[in-house]
Amino acid sequence: MIETFLNPAIIAAAWPILLAGLWNTILLSLVVVPLGLAGGTVLALLAGVRHPLVRWPLMAWVDFFRAFPPLVLLIFLYAGLPFAGIELGGFGCVAIAFFLNTGAYYGEILRAGIESVPAGQSEAARSTGLSRLQTELYIVLPQAVRNVLPDLMSNTLEVVKLTSLGSVVAMPELLFQARQAQSLTYNPTPIVLAAIVYFLLLWPLVRLLSRLENRSLATRG
Amino acid sequence: MTNWERFLDTFFNGKVLARYWPDIAYGALITIELALLVVVTGIGAGLALALLRSVGIRPVNWAIVFVVDLFRALPPLVIIVLIYFGLPSIDVSPSGFVSTWLALAFVLMAFSEEIFWAGITAVAKGQWEAARSTGLTFGQTLINVVLPQAIRLTIPPLTNRTIAITKGTALGSVVAVTEILGQASSAVSNSYNPSPLMLGAAAYIIMFLPVVVLGRWVETRFAWKR
Repeated sequence: MIETFLNPAIIAAAWPILLAGLWNTILLSLVVVPLGLAGGTVLALLAGVRHPLVRWPLMAWVDFFRAFPPLVLLIFLYAGLPFAGIELGGFGCVAIAFFLNTGAYYGEILRAGIESVPAGQSEAARSTGLSRLQTELYIVLPQAVRNVLPDLMSNTLEVVKLTSLGSVVAMPELLFQARQAQSLTYNPTPIVLAAIVYFLLLWPLVRLLSRLENRSLATRG
Repeated sequence: MTNWERFLDTFFNGKVLARYWPDIAYGALITIELALLVVVTGIGAGLALALLRSVGIRPVNWAIVFVVDLFRALPPLVIIVLIYFGLPSIDVSPSGFVSTWLALAFVLMAFSEEIFWAGITAVAKGQWEAARSTGLTFGQTLINVVLPQAIRLTIPPLTNRTIAITKGTALGSVVAVTEILGQASSAVSNSYNPSPLMLGAAAYIIMFLPVVVLGRWVETRFAWKR
């Protein structure tokens, strides 16, 4: 078993390749998480506009990208757009697909957070002379973020896991590197090793979330 | 040919669409089959684990928590690849369909166990004590008193999670499952035209948009009342 799934010689050979992949996974996450958060913040702020011409297209936008599997979106950008003469490259496609997909999810979470802030907060802020934008940015959003922090963290965990889709469009992240190493060595050890790396990287966050979620459901019951 | 006509001819090519729509429809059937299997087995296993956890045998609970953490931390695509490319080394060769099914079912099991468990612990202690004092056994209390209240709490988060994981059926295309995305991708490379991809995209929207809208409704319908 050990010889097959955790072969020491292959671990030694594959480790540098995987380390490069891990580094790219971290870099990729550092790009796509802020991108998704930025998109989500814009969507959540727009959701505060009650005008039907904003409200309905916004809801359609969010539901569309929540219904669309991220891998399908990615393949569409990667394999479909070149036919229209638009070549974005693996990284560009991943960035745009994540912006659209995770932006919609972050947007829904932040919207719920904003709705949980009592109206008196923004009324009080406006009455002290802050502009609407200042009120949203300095008064409402910080409280909103605090109220939905577990959901934001949980979504961020999903986004980091989702970066493994980059392997499908030849982004040299952790899973891609592991599959390269596996096909070179004809042995599943690199993939097992990659799984262990993912687990060690994300386990602390999972533990923390599990505690936070149990607590929040318990207070609501 | 104007630009618009060229665009239509590229992305909505009538001939290509006519040639490949049966393939996409077949892919949709596979996607539905896979999704239903994942939902039933994943949620079933998650509920079973949550019930087992409520019995309160320490080593068993540690094992459950570890398994749940494992499948929450690993990306689904990594699990699929691990099953599909890893198991053949010990002479077990699951098909792409089985690999995808197992991987997604494990992930849904982990998430739904967490949600069910949170629901069970959220039911007030007095409910347990009152039920036990009327002479119900532990099992009866759990099934007839605690679980009905717990499940009500779990419906909104469970619905959202189930939708998100079910969309993962598209990952099957990586291990040669002939679901929508797999069918669409091979049709694109056979026809050298992206129209099948548009068809596949439409199929996903037709299947998942109603589910997302339903999820939105469920969320407000079963919202927690403080």
